Amino acid sequence: MKRAALGIAIALLAMPAPAPGQDALAERTEAAFIASFAGGEPSVLIRTGLQDEVQRLCSEHRNAPPAGLAQLIEGAQRAAIRYPAKLMGDWKNGEKLAQSGYGGRFTDYPPRAENGGNCYACHQIAREELAYGTVGPSLLGYGKARGWGVAAQRLAYERIYNSQAFTACSAMPRFGHNGVLTPEQIAHLVALLLDPGSSLNR
Amino acid sequence: MNRLAFLFLVTLSVVPAVADERLEATVRQYREALKDASPGELFVDLGEELFRTKRGLKHASLEACDFGLGPGVLAGAHAQLPRYFADTDRVEDLESRLMSCMRQLQGFSEDAFPHHARSDPRMPDFERLAVYVAAQSNGMKLAAPLAHPKEVEAFRIGERLFYRRAGAYDFSCATCHMQQGKRIRLQQLAQLTNPGEAQGVFPTWPAYRVAPGAVHTLQDWLAICYWAARHPQLRYGSEASIALQVFLAQSANGGVIAVPGVKR
Repeated sequence: MKRAALGIAIALLAMPAPAPGQDALAERTEAAFIASFAGGEPSVLIRTGLQDEVQRLCSEHRNAPPAGLAQLIEGAQRAAIRYPAKLMGDWKNGEKLAQSGYGGRFTDYPPRAENGGNCYACHQIAREELAYGTVGPSLLGYGKARGWGVAAQRLAYERIYNSQAFTACSAMPRFGHNGVLTPEQIAHLVALLLDPGSSLNR
Repeated sequence: MNRLAFLFLVTLSVVPAVADERLEATVRQYREALKDASPGELFVDLGEELFRTKRGLKHASLEACDFGLGPGVLAGAHAQLPRYFADTDRVEDLESRLMSCMRQLQGFSEDAFPHHARSDPRMPDFERLAVYVAAQSNGMKLAAPLAHPKEVEAFRIGERLFYRRAGAYDFSCATCHMQQGKRIRLQQLAQLTNPGEAQGVFPTWPAYRVAPGAVHTLQDWLAICYWAARHPQLRYGSEASIALQVFLAQSANGGVIAVPGVKR
């Protein structure tokens, strides 16, 4: 813990001040962004018009923050994780959530279904689903590779809830942190990854 | 077989193929088979007709429109867009330039223009006009300029926008389009910061899209990308939409214009 605090202090001291031209350009870009989007759901306008601090820093560093800053981001993201009553939900429910990309697009308002996790967009999961993306790693045989215990469940939960608690500026959406999925929905996805009977472990 | 009937048959045969993989394979075969007779050509013809039609308050055609090489010069014009225009004192892409000419030459007012590319009922005219003008540069290499201070500023803004993460998914353009050899579901992603890949895709817009059976422009496509990235509706001809194209064009410069491309 002390080491982490020291690391944070060093990181703060080591952060370079932005060049003056960069500030003006950042302001111009933000003004252009806000003027260029309209219509649809107000909450989508607000959430994209106003970046949160982590989004702003990851944009600024093009997803390669210096080590000290990465440590700060990971620490802050980890501290904000909230947990459900049970880490393991129902894997069949998880499979449905993994398939569904519903939610968050301005045409998804007012909501007509629960949000999905859109997991297959980037990951191979069940063997029988061939339409999977490759931006993220394959999750086939996840349980066998990672173990089945409570520690593995907790890790899977935390990674889905907020992957930036582990890798600052990771490409994966912070599903729990951003409120795309509820803690209970994430528990269903944990079961999909770690139930020995689930479609990717069989 | 006339083109319309052909288009109809092709649409019928392709739409039920809902499986992404089948559709992707179909598009590949389709692209090969249609090298010289893409259904997109129909839209080029429709665009030419519209381009030459006297319209608007001033009852004029667009034939005197200056796309950067002088009034009425279409050959090679699209190959040097987006660029700065002195008469409007701003950087314009193909579609915003069309709007400027419609204002200046034909006397159209703002309500004639789409607010957003996605599903605006005023879009089809712009898609046809854009694909017609762009096709007049086919076979030429893209050489978008980066000389005027406003072009340089647009490039820098576009570059920042490309990396700007926001929204419920924390996405930026770079989230998908910095990846090499990756895909979303079965859709291949172009690594747009890599000239080798950008040259192969950027100069093929406007493109004929098989699934909707329509020509889509780059403005359409950017709006669809932002929609999928959980961003709001992109305004048609907005500063962000132009700045992003200025940024991407620098990566795609040297690529050969081949319009309309054929996409899934």
